[in-house]
Amino acid sequence: MSQVATMHPGVEPAESPLTPESWGKLGMWIFLAGDAMGFGTLLAGYGAMRYGSADWPSPYEHLGISLTAFMTFLLICSSVTMVKALEAIKLERPGRVKLFLCLTILGGATFLALQAYEWTHLIQGGLKIFGNPWGASLFGTTFFIITGFHGAHVTGGVVYLSTILTVVSRSRNTVRNYLLTEIAGLYWHFVDLVWIMVFTFIYLL
Amino acid sequence: MAGTHAGPNYMVIFWWLFALTVVEVGVIFMPLAKLVIAILLISLALSKASLVAMYFMHLRFERRTLGLIAVTPVFLGALLIFILVPDHSAVLHRTSEAVKITPAAGHR
Repeated sequence: MSQVATMHPGVEPAESPLTPESWGKLGMWIFLAGDAMGFGTLLAGYGAMRYGSADWPSPYEHLGISLTAFMTFLLICSSVTMVKALEAIKLERPGRVKLFLCLTILGGATFLALQAYEWTHLIQGGLKIFGNPWGASLFGTTFFIITGFHGAHVTGGVVYLSTILTVVSRSRNTVRNYLLTEIAGLYWHFVDLVWIMVFTFIYLL
Repeated sequence: MAGTHAGPNYMVIFWWLFALTVVEVGVIFMPLAKLVIAILLISLALSKASLVAMYFMHLRFERRTLGLIAVTPVFLGALLIFILVPDHSAVLHRTSEAVKITPAAGHR
């Protein structure tokens, strides 16, 4: 025990700045930092291939901007319902917690359904993973790999949030429920954050 | 309880994100140079990502350790882009050479 703590019994020794508030939260942040590097690598590779290509098609002319703008809006809404669920746990209102978690899951599921619709529409229009009628064949490759990688994350998020909904609905331990939901929320907001970058780089630029 | 900080007004953040998304979609139809549009779009995307990280992910209210972990991939990502820059010019050089060679090859 430090000298100060010995002199003042009520004072606890200072924590190390490296000691996390929650090891689970720290673990999720480290995972997300690694995952961000995965997405960063994909987007940097996309940039390198696009910059080096003379006949790269103009994305917004061939990909549906209005639909994907709506999908962006949907993910932003689901991020809001996620933080509202967390707020409801703090206020100890289990009914609202379930409602907001269900809305978040519904937002994710709708996003996936719209992505499936978009992919089907584009494939029917000639966009394939190894080619397309508009120019550089890597346009289709990078599009499907990057949006598919993100879609896999949304699918994982929907499964993760459904599990959290089940756990939180059965438990009355507010502190534990808050922490579990906050950690799941970090993942969900990350998926939203990555989509913001994907929407800009793949669809708008 | 974890995260006992006073929560931000999430609806204000939501409206900011919504407005920035509308501006982003509007920017691509503006009669501006491609470089200006690219700079605007990337700035808008980074602003939106920062809002999500700072307020929805509570990074603004967290310890510095988590902030450092979050910033690390941004630095590494930027480094990755700079590492790829020589490749960009190499590819462009090769492409321009290919354009010069192709018509000559066609005369044979």
